[in-house]
Amino acid sequence: MEYLSNTYFLLALTFAIYAASQILQSRTGWSFLNPILISAILIIAYLNVNDISIDTYNEGGRYIEFWLKPAIVALGVPLYKQLSTIRKQLLPLLISELAGCVVGIISVVLIARLLGATQEVVMSLAAKSVTTPIAMEVTKAVGGIPPLTAAVVVSVGIFGGLTGFRVMRMTRIGSPIAQGLSLGTAAHAVGTSRAMDVSDKYGAFASLGLTLNGIFTALLTPTVLSLLD
Amino acid sequence: MVLQCAIIFGCLALGELVVWLTGIKLPSSIIGMLLLTLLLQVKAVKLRQVEGMANFLVKNLGFFFVPAAVSLMLYFDIIRAQWIPIVVASAVSTVIVMVVTGWIHQLVRKFL
Repeated sequence: MEYLSNTYFLLALTFAIYAASQILQSRTGWSFLNPILISAILIIAYLNVNDISIDTYNEGGRYIEFWLKPAIVALGVPLYKQLSTIRKQLLPLLISELAGCVVGIISVVLIARLLGATQEVVMSLAAKSVTTPIAMEVTKAVGGIPPLTAAVVVSVGIFGGLTGFRVMRMTRIGSPIAQGLSLGTAAHAVGTSRAMDVSDKYGAFASLGLTLNGIFTALLTPTVLSLLD
Repeated sequence: MVLQCAIIFGCLALGELVVWLTGIKLPSSIIGMLLLTLLLQVKAVKLRQVEGMANFLVKNLGFFFVPAAVSLMLYFDIIRAQWIPIVVASAVSTVIVMVVTGWIHQLVRKFL
């Protein structure tokens, strides 16, 4: 059945599955029914069952992915709306970001080493918290495997979005600014989209976290890694 | 909607230009986002000229990640070979990043 791999059919399927999981998640209130996760699982299963390659899927998929860059640019709007708050707390924001960035690199490297990962894999994990293009550049620079980084970054985003609010409830991170910031710092744009579900203000601080951690990670990873050797 | 797209894609294109000219190791989208914030702040762009499209894009940010998440299937083999360190290190470190960022932010705010 050639129709099963038709570009527009695959696009329609993606929209439908995502919309259905959104409805399911809001009806049940179960956070593990994350629409990105559910859609990815169901589409991967569908492609495997019908023996359709990822290249065929991406013939349509790239039209969805295309909007990712403009959507990140659009985060400038919520960021602008929170600019006066950001200016007032510039120092706390910068300090917590710096801490989050450095601790993120050190912890992932040490744990991966402890559990016996090869050097190449360890290097691929160092930039796991930040948005894919930055993470892949960093991985290239430090001698890791960029596609592995891409895979880990998306998984980290989904995991962070899924567990974020529960983790912060358990650790008494209560202020909306700290919560938004943490989500964006730890789980880049996927965490930011989760924060946007709550409110514009959460989303704005998540975009700030994603931006600052991206910049810090790009600048600091090589230095932090050389200190760990 | 066309004007709104022109502004958003204009910022993205300028971001691409900056990357191309300077060779800076940052994504064009992040530079474009900062440019858009700047243009709004200096009132070169008015909020109502981008807000509709921007809200639409931002609200659906998660959806645009689906193809990237589907592409994970390409890397199952690399991941399978060392899945324990990869999964444990990434998950634990992600929680650590969230907690440390949030705690330090709350702590610094209390004392400053």
